Amino acid sequence: MNSAIFDTIRTQLGSRAANSTVAHGILVLAVEPDAVTGLAQALKTCGFDMLLDVTAIDWLAREPRFDVVWHFYSTTHRVRVRLRTRVSEGDPTVDSLTPLYGSAAFMERECHEMYGIRFSGNADLRPLLLYEGFVGFPLRKDYPKLGEQPLVPYREGFDPGDRTAG
Amino acid sequence: MSVARAPIPILPTRAAGSSKSAAFEYLTTKKDELAGWARKFSLFPYPFVTACCAMEFMSVSSSPYDTDRFGAALPRFSPRQSDLLMVVGTVTHKQAPILLKVYEQMCEPKWVMAFGVCATSGGFYQNYAAVAGIDRIIPVDVYIPGCPPRPETVIDGIMQLQDKIARAKHPIITKDF
Repeated sequence: MNSAIFDTIRTQLGSRAANSTVAHGILVLAVEPDAVTGLAQALKTCGFDMLLDVTAIDWLAREPRFDVVWHFYSTTHRVRVRLRTRVSEGDPTVDSLTPLYGSAAFMERECHEMYGIRFSGNADLRPLLLYEGFVGFPLRKDYPKLGEQPLVPYREGFDPGDRTAG
Repeated sequence: MSVARAPIPILPTRAAGSSKSAAFEYLTTKKDELAGWARKFSLFPYPFVTACCAMEFMSVSSSPYDTDRFGAALPRFSPRQSDLLMVVGTVTHKQAPILLKVYEQMCEPKWVMAFGVCATSGGFYQNYAAVAGIDRIIPVDVYIPGCPPRPETVIDGIMQLQDKIARAKHPIITKDF
């Protein structure tokens, strides 16, 4: 259905869309981390005026460990494009898209606190859903399941019991 | 060097079962009954509503189930004016200081109801974010299970709380007074 539009986009992007597939009706572009900003700029000029989501995937055993994923939507073509890149655990840094899309600011904040991806260029990477003083990145696969970091001390004499059972 | 201590004076004890003591106990018991009866029918709930159990709270508050029959209908949105803290929904670790502050701002006498399984035990949330039961932070008087609880369950919980209030001692002078 969208293949004609996708072909047009591929032609417009040229060599930058070399590594592209279509999955679940979405055009998927896999790129290197340093090519993200340029490709996003090109997508924006192609009519992809909306940044839907910025998130990450933690492949614990893989190297490089993380996928960073962006979803774009075109309100004129009514199609979506997914942009994905790989970053390593040692240097999980990609460029921020805040100069292009204002909505990137909060989504990058969330991705930063949950996965520890650094977005260079985003000036405000304070915790959004978590709180100041939270140690670690809870959506990483190696974060302990019961890794609670209470802000309020538990009541005196309270026995939490064995939460690992069951 | 030893100092001679004055002997400790022994207070005259009142004979057990004397008429004066019995009358005092009778009046104290009657006072507790009266205060309990008055308090159990004038519960002013503070709805600390954080999640989807709120829908069930609305359902149980409105006319088909009508908690007004139990004197617990009028929500007060100031902790100073309320005496029943209804914790309705999941409490996260980020929310916990707020819950504690609301509880501490309430005047005595006060009771706490854990409404739904999340407030009771954390429910199916077993992760970095959720408090596994508000009784880790504040004392709870009545737990209501269910995800969400049926209105009948909530009404049963209110009635059990009323029984608890009716049976309790209601000292006029407390340690904080």
